Amino acid sequence: MAPVARWPVVRWTAAGVLLLLLLAFPLVFTQPHPRHVVITIFLFAMLAQAWNLLAGYCGQISLGHAVFFGAGAYTSTLLGKYFDLSPWIGMAVGAVVAVAVSQLIGYPVFRLRGHYFAIATIAVGEIVNTLMINWDWAGGARGLFVPIKRPDSFVNLQFHQSKQSYYYIALGLLLLAFWITRKVEVSRMGYYLRAIREDQDAAASLGIPVAAYKQRAMALSAALTALGGSFYAQYILFIDPDSVFPTALSILICLVAVLGGIGTLWGPLIGAAILIPLGEWTRIYFGGTGKAVDLLIYGALIMLVSVIQPGGIMALAQRGRRRTG
Amino acid sequence: MTAEVLVQGLVSGLLMGFVYALIAAGLSLIFGLMEIVNFAHGEFLMGAMFATFWAWALLKLDPLVSLPLTVLLLALFGLLVYHGLIRWILGAPMLAQIFATFGLAIFLRAAAQALWGADFRLVKGPLVDGRISLAGIFIGLPQLVASVGALCAFGLLYWFIRKTETGLALQATSQDRQAAMLMGIDTQRMFALGWAIGAACVGAAGALLAMFFYIFPDVGATFALLAYVAVALGGFGNVPATLLAGVIVGIVEVLGGLLIAPALKYAVVFSLYLVVVLWRPQGLLGRF
Repeated sequence: MAPVARWPVVRWTAAGVLLLLLLAFPLVFTQPHPRHVVITIFLFAMLAQAWNLLAGYCGQISLGHAVFFGAGAYTSTLLGKYFDLSPWIGMAVGAVVAVAVSQLIGYPVFRLRGHYFAIATIAVGEIVNTLMINWDWAGGARGLFVPIKRPDSFVNLQFHQSKQSYYYIALGLLLLAFWITRKVEVSRMGYYLRAIREDQDAAASLGIPVAAYKQRAMALSAALTALGGSFYAQYILFIDPDSVFPTALSILICLVAVLGGIGTLWGPLIGAAILIPLGEWTRIYFGGTGKAVDLLIYGALIMLVSVIQPGGIMALAQRGRRRTG
Repeated sequence: MTAEVLVQGLVSGLLMGFVYALIAAGLSLIFGLMEIVNFAHGEFLMGAMFATFWAWALLKLDPLVSLPLTVLLLALFGLLVYHGLIRWILGAPMLAQIFATFGLAIFLRAAAQALWGADFRLVKGPLVDGRISLAGIFIGLPQLVASVGALCAFGLLYWFIRKTETGLALQATSQDRQAAMLMGIDTQRMFALGWAIGAACVGAAGALLAMFFYIFPDVGATFALLAYVAVALGGFGNVPATLLAGVIVGIVEVLGGLLIAPALKYAVVFSLYLVVVLWRPQGLLGRF
């Protein structure tokens, strides 16, 4: 079976079948809960894919991506609240804001390497979180309600009757993230990023503008993450610093990508498809007790993956395939 | 603001600074030995605080009485973590190292919440309680005892690293692993020892903090972040310098709260990390 999987035709057919199944899912499952789980999977797969662009391909382990998620969520909500702008415009502006913020953060922080960089991104995330809690115009610690618009419409990006439209929009965002990652993967930029990941000094010595490409990867990653943030705000209809800016969210995004396999196109989706339902199920079976069983399992899983196969499930699958093939 | 308030703030900052320094010392020691940042350091602290709490709640042991037990417990836990987790990722990519200790942090925090719930707990009526007043400056006695205790523990650590043969072997390992091996030092043993000592430092800090600080599963997060700032200030791996760094962090925290806004004090401290690693990545006392 191993050589078959390498045929491009078979691969694309498999991807096509998967896409058809995903498109048909809400037609079969009409209850809100299964749809909600899959929407959350899409959202986190997309966020993890965005993180993957920077961390997986370029090797810059950011532990502060919630900053961009929050930037998207807050920009679209504030523009809707104070200027009555459509969330779609808010989403676009949110992405621009996130890119601007990412370049501001990146300029100093990309001079750091390894652990220094990772801790610096946590520090930035905590600083932004603290500032948002104290910014009264933006709701402060109380948070913001997204203004409710009736009736349901695509323009307002609000659907109160059924989750079906949210489902397709989330799927659209996921496809966008996949398409961009794929484009980057096979482009000159993709090779540059991987070269930077493998050996930054060697890459620089070959004439790759290291700083500029790190910034570009960061910008792409931030913009995608912000789109996810705006979608989240429109989906949940309430945001506060604790739900869109916490370091815990940054970490969860990383966990999804790391579990699936970073630096691979499919890793984030696989990671999300495992972690998100796991979290939902443990919350159902141990739910309401505040026992944090989902986090207990996440933590154990991540330790296991780090020790056994740092490349995640994708690397495990490839290793298995090489053995059989 | 009067000068009195400022002096009061500086004194409290100084007292907390010694405790921060002790937490940071363990982190710095481990990093210096094997270039691994223990992202579960705050959770070690949380564990030590809970150990102290349960010793008080179940066995009626005062935090100061149970302190040696807590230190021993944490040292054993450090060994367990080294042999159960860290040893397997020594040669792994940095990403695996970051996420191994991160996974441990999440696991420990969730375990504390699953076992004991998310409630805030407090050791009521510790042996040392109340406050004293010196020339108009109020000092909480538990805080005073905690900082003196932290200073003593730090002194002990310093003596161990600088004056004992094992301590010198630790230093040698952290300076040049290969050379230390050639000199006949069992570096694996040194790594394990580093984790035991690093965890023991946090154990002492946790026991001391438990005298006056609330105890809950997330308590370690803030302390760990402050410890990263202190480690960066002192220079990663430079254990003695973390004493000065911890004091600076404590004072900056208080001054940030007093001069800018209490709600923003941590933002000020974390900005300090960015400033330090960007303009003086070797730390205040470090030489490259």
